[in-house]
Amino acid sequence: MELFLYTALFSPLVGSLFAALFSMSAKTKWAGIVPSILLGVSLTSSTILLFFVLGTNSTLHVEMMTWMETGGLYIPFGFVVDQVSVTMMMVVTLVSTVVHVYAIGYMDHDKGFNRFFAWLSAFVFSMMILVMSDNFAGLFIGWEGVGLCSWGLIGFWYQKESATWAANEAFIMNRIADLGMLIGIFLIYWNTGSLQYDIVFPAMATLDTTTLVWIGIFLFIGAMGKSAQFPLHTWLADAMEGPTPVSALIHAATMVTAGVYLVVRSNELYALIPNVGLFIASLGAFVAIFAATMALVNRDIKRVIAYSTLSQLGYMFAAAGLGAYWVALFHLMAHAFFKALLFLGAGNVMHAMDSELDPFKMGGLGKGMKWTMIMMTLASVALAGIFPLAGFFSKDLILEAAFVDHHLIIYGVLLLTAGLTAFYSFRIIALIFHGKDRHTALGFHPHEAYKFMLIAMSPLLLLAIISGFLFKGGFFEMVTTLLPATEYHIHDHLTYWIMTIGTQVFVIASIFYAYKKYMSPDIKVPDGTSAMEQSFKYKLLINQYYIPHFYAEYLVKPYRELSTIFWEKIDMKVVDATVDGIANAFYTTAEQTRGMQSGNLSTMLKWMVAGLIGLLSLAVVFGLAARHSDSIVIMLSGLGV
Amino acid sequence: MEIGLNHYLVLSTILFSIGLVGVMRRKNLLMLFFATEILLNSVNIAFAAISHYYGDLTGQMFAFFVIAIAASEVAVGLGLLIVWHKRYNNIDLDYLNTMKG
Amino acid sequence: MFEAIAFYLFAFLTIAMFYITVTTSQALYALTALAAGMIFISAFFFILGADFLGAVQIVVYSGAVMALYSFGMMFFDTTREVKEKQGNKYIVVGLATVAAVLVVLIFSAPILSDNIIALYPIGEAGNTQEVGVVLFTKYLVPFEVAAIMLLVAMISGIVLAGKKMDASLTLMTEKEIQDMRKEKKSKKALL
Repeated sequence: MELFLYTALFSPLVGSLFAALFSMSAKTKWAGIVPSILLGVSLTSSTILLFFVLGTNSTLHVEMMTWMETGGLYIPFGFVVDQVSVTMMMVVTLVSTVVHVYAIGYMDHDKGFNRFFAWLSAFVFSMMILVMSDNFAGLFIGWEGVGLCSWGLIGFWYQKESATWAANEAFIMNRIADLGMLIGIFLIYWNTGSLQYDIVFPAMATLDTTTLVWIGIFLFIGAMGKSAQFPLHTWLADAMEGPTPVSALIHAATMVTAGVYLVVRSNELYALIPNVGLFIASLGAFVAIFAATMALVNRDIKRVIAYSTLSQLGYMFAAAGLGAYWVALFHLMAHAFFKALLFLGAGNVMHAMDSELDPFKMGGLGKGMKWTMIMMTLASVALAGIFPLAGFFSKDLILEAAFVDHHLIIYGVLLLTAGLTAFYSFRIIALIFHGKDRHTALGFHPHEAYKFMLIAMSPLLLLAIISGFLFKGGFFEMVTTLLPATEYHIHDHLTYWIMTIGTQVFVIASIFYAYKKYMSPDIKVPDGTSAMEQSFKYKLLINQYYIPHFYAEYLVKPYRELSTIFWEKIDMKVVDATVDGIANAFYTTAEQTRGMQSGNLSTMLKWMVAGLIGLLSLAVVFGLAARHSDSIVIMLSGLGV
Repeated sequence: MEIGLNHYLVLSTILFSIGLVGVMRRKNLLMLFFATEILLNSVNIAFAAISHYYGDLTGQMFAFFVIAIAASEVAVGLGLLIVWHKRYNNIDLDYLNTMKG
Repeated sequence: MFEAIAFYLFAFLTIAMFYITVTTSQALYALTALAAGMIFISAFFFILGADFLGAVQIVVYSGAVMALYSFGMMFFDTTREVKEKQGNKYIVVGLATVAAVLVVLIFSAPILSDNIIALYPIGEAGNTQEVGVVLFTKYLVPFEVAAIMLLVAMISGIVLAGKKMDASLTLMTEKEIQDMRKEKKSKKALL
């Protein structure tokens, strides 16, 4: 089994290195095909491991080699395949394989084809390290690795100013959060003396609550950055500058869920500090509705889906914060499937529309792109949580968990968000695929994507449909060997049915409202004149609650000014001046003493003798000092030195 | 009046300073070589004297090697000097200023 | 008593000879005075019981080195008076004196504090025999190295002095010398 573990882990790395070999040369199909095949290998290995874990109900723990061993610190390169990590491995490898194959078609005309696959496979490798590591140090390596690859992929089209800006924004914001995470890891090591999960978590029970709270908060800060939770959420929407397969893989299915994974992995810690858990849940619920409202008005399909991701991450954190870790993980899995599908569908649309992203300029695309329409619609249905698709099972479980735990405010917020989710999802579906044809007038000639791209997407479609009712029971059985097995049942049958059906009705009503509103033939490309666009609410939402503006105005600007001051006043006048002064002293001395080098050997000989005398005198002085060192010490101490 | 080690050392010092004066004062390269010989010989006296007064042969051994080095130095130095003289028809130090900084 | 007389006599003679060497403007005088000074120094070695060293001193210095100098001087115009531009005399003398005093101070420091232990004590046998024993046991390797060094010096002396014996570089102009060098180089390149 260890063999499968290593193939699952390292074949993406091999693929990445293979593609990197060609990263500077012209496009070769092989640079895309080989990493895809290797990811297939990784997927197969992960599947075998999954069946191993399922079949034997045991975990696999290997130590590849020692990484650091100094004093009391011992960190190995250790990997663990247990019920939680194997779930993540499956999600990661499956979605990546699909996205890799899809990207062969999507990036077909791109000059950076080879480079793209090098980055993408490197990302998968980092992500595998992140989920498979058996200690916090390895997790952190993977954490930083995915951050780096995310940076490289958001800024993939580095010729574009906005892309590089977005890449840097994401990177910097994640570094800020990573600092918090690092502090959390230090605190763990400080208090437990180890970073291994199986040593750290049992040791936590003996620590006092204050320490645990701090550890929990700092770790969660790291999770907040990676999972783009408020107030570090702005990078995710801007990250949509990257190619769409990247958005599907990194910014929907895998990397952004790393924060959720961290919280789930640390469930034993958060179980000890329910207050922090409640805070996480509240923040999650807040982000869920906060992001959903921004998605209502946005006029960029990728951004809408990004906000939707943000909102769903909020759901996951709400579940994790309430202690329903397996529910969070379940939603993570289901969400990965349908959200990646949604993104890839959006990629097809973009491809067809020459990278146009405004849904108001589309309309009626359903005729030419039947399969894309079906896939995106089904993905949206799954996202909205309609029975019997994946979203219904995972999302309803979160709602039930909130309800059963009597957090009615969280429950209410999440329920409202469910309605909003349905509305904005079908808003873009209606605008893109239905209604009047608005794109022909603008000179677009849409066409369906390549066949193999659609076939590549089909596993995701299948999973988005069936993963809910097919996997729920088995998933529960599997992960609860590791996670707390809290079942959320509303004991009163009547309440249960009212709630479930009520939610469904509410969501379906939202969907129909969206269709009705946006399928009408009156829809035009907004030009900023309508009464709705003038309203304060709209402006607030379209400007993302003015938060990016706030950051730019009150954080970036003062920082820049401060930097300028430091540069001009301190760097130039103090640091540089000191260095220059030292250099100038040498220059001047050399210039002054240059006359010594007259070239006359006789003069040089005189200097040599003078130098000899100097050295000899020193020898005499030191000799005497060594001889009389005792009396010198006595004399100096007499002087009070 | 007993002649002690200090007498020899003082003699050595005097000869050494004569040699140093020669090295610094003379501009004729041949004279410079002579002065170098004086320096080496003054040290040899000191070695031999110390060897004698302390009953240790090491000093004499050193003196032998100094003599060997002096002989080699003369051979090579004179060869160079002859080459220089052939080229420029003088052996004055003041003309050797190609190393001006 | 005899020892004291001999010491002072030879000390005076040596100093006088070396003084002449460094002050005279005649190269021949200097050479002669130097040779005499060397022989007088060997007298000290005999007084100090280093018979073998004294003999070597006479053979090497007065014989080999002086012969070398005199043959070397044949290349130079030795009858011409040596004209030298002099700098400040006091600096030279002062520097020399201070340096010499310091050297002696350092050499004598361990002697004064009696820190020297005889590694190879002088025994009853004759000086030459003992020198031979020490030289060919303990100092065998340095001895061989010195021999190689002397060989190298000899060969280099021959090569340096024997260069261009047929051409008088002095009488040639700078251009002619350059041309000659170039010609030689091109010949080498052809070969």
